[in-house]
Amino acid sequence: MLLSTKSILSTKELTKLDIQQILDTAESFKEISTRAIKKVPTLRGKTIINLFFEPSTRTRTSFEIAGKRLSADVINISGSTSSTVKGENLIDTARNLEAMNPDILVVRHQCSGAPALLSQFVNSPIINAGDGSHEHPSQALLDLLTIRSHRGDLEGLKVAIVGDISHSRVARSNIKAMQTMGMKVRVVGPPPLIPVGLERLGVEVSHNLIEAIKDVDVVMILRIQLERQNQGLLSSLREYSNYFCLTSEALAKARDDVLIIHPGPVNRGVEIALDVMEGPRSLILNQVTNGVAIRMALFYLLLGENNANPN
Amino acid sequence: MSSTLLNTADISRAVSRISHEILERNHGAENIALVGIRTRGVTLSQRLKAKIEEIENVMVDHGVLDITLYRDDLAAGIQKPELKKTDISFGLEGKHIILCDDVLFTGRTIRAAIDALMDFGRPSSVQLAVLIDRGHRELPIRPDYVGKNIPTAKSKRVQVLFDEEDGEDKVIIQEQPN
Repeated sequence: MLLSTKSILSTKELTKLDIQQILDTAESFKEISTRAIKKVPTLRGKTIINLFFEPSTRTRTSFEIAGKRLSADVINISGSTSSTVKGENLIDTARNLEAMNPDILVVRHQCSGAPALLSQFVNSPIINAGDGSHEHPSQALLDLLTIRSHRGDLEGLKVAIVGDISHSRVARSNIKAMQTMGMKVRVVGPPPLIPVGLERLGVEVSHNLIEAIKDVDVVMILRIQLERQNQGLLSSLREYSNYFCLTSEALAKARDDVLIIHPGPVNRGVEIALDVMEGPRSLILNQVTNGVAIRMALFYLLLGENNANPN
Repeated sequence: MSSTLLNTADISRAVSRISHEILERNHGAENIALVGIRTRGVTLSQRLKAKIEEIENVMVDHGVLDITLYRDDLAAGIQKPELKKTDISFGLEGKHIILCDDVLFTGRTIRAAIDALMDFGRPSSVQLAVLIDRGHRELPIRPDYVGKNIPTAKSKRVQVLFDEEDGEDKVIIQEQPN
């Protein structure tokens, strides 16, 4: 009943059993968020530090609420208010925080690999809450939870991931986790936004939205990351939308029971049309609800005996 | 190594008697609700519910409590038990809650269950029904309804088996496997 890993840095290191256990635990935690008193005493006296060097509403709030519903003390530090603006480096910041004996560090950083680097210097378990274009494991887990609660089983399901695959940590985490769970993954987007050699990982590549979503169980739309689009990979957003925006016309070609998910935040009308986003097949807000349950499960499972802070 | 304390007929008689005691004490089945503590307490509560409904010919509210998140020994060295769902879909206000568990031992499970219950609302009262009371309380907790009092050595293990989970009804006592 314990995870095979001390920190959650990527979905690559999670076994099928780990993922199943996280999803099952999260499923049980969903009920707590529907109570009048949304709190259980499980992590009373534990301290969780959210260390966010990149802007975030959803993920940071979700981790904070998850910790608080389990009665942990949650401290939020954002990049602009931390000592890093005074020139302190990341490792020193983390070591100083650790000197105050937190039980878990949740880290988001613009550089790929930052949470993994920190894990070599601190003893506390670390949860990667998104690092550069590398990984965002808790997002992939909440996506799987959302799909599983609508389909019952993940094995054999087909997914199309649409958008900027190259820069997407959500896509990277999801591809690995979905393959671990026996799902078939297809990525869709313009050639400059799809990494070369992805086929070698057993991923199907398509450049045609309509063709690609015809036979799938789930369509995952990624956000076009406006902040990472200054490299001239796209000629214009409008051109991207013409070919890859999920409109109701495109959706009409997909299966009737197809599920639509999006990690947020959404650029309305760029990667997904307004009516589709708010339509009956869209599970976008459902994902946000499930995110709290997934993060509660991660805190709960990581703070087990074998993972206790050795300090 | 193990000996039988109660057999199928004994368990069935105990359930009947406790059902009558619950009805007597609460003047009928109005405003009572049964809540079972996972796992074997749920089975006991379902049997009491069936019996009470048979006697009074009414429907009785029923809930399931997983007390894992309220335990006082989560961080203290045992492996985490698998977390299952809590399901209490009725309001507790004004209700007499009959909390059900299979074996009453240290009382710590009941303490956790009462805490968990209070997070759902304010019942009129909470009463405790157990199939076996084996003594060795570590907290000031006592049962209101008991199937059988069995004085035991602390090192022994009392196990309730129910047809629904274990394929047969019986209560056994055995040496702790060390």
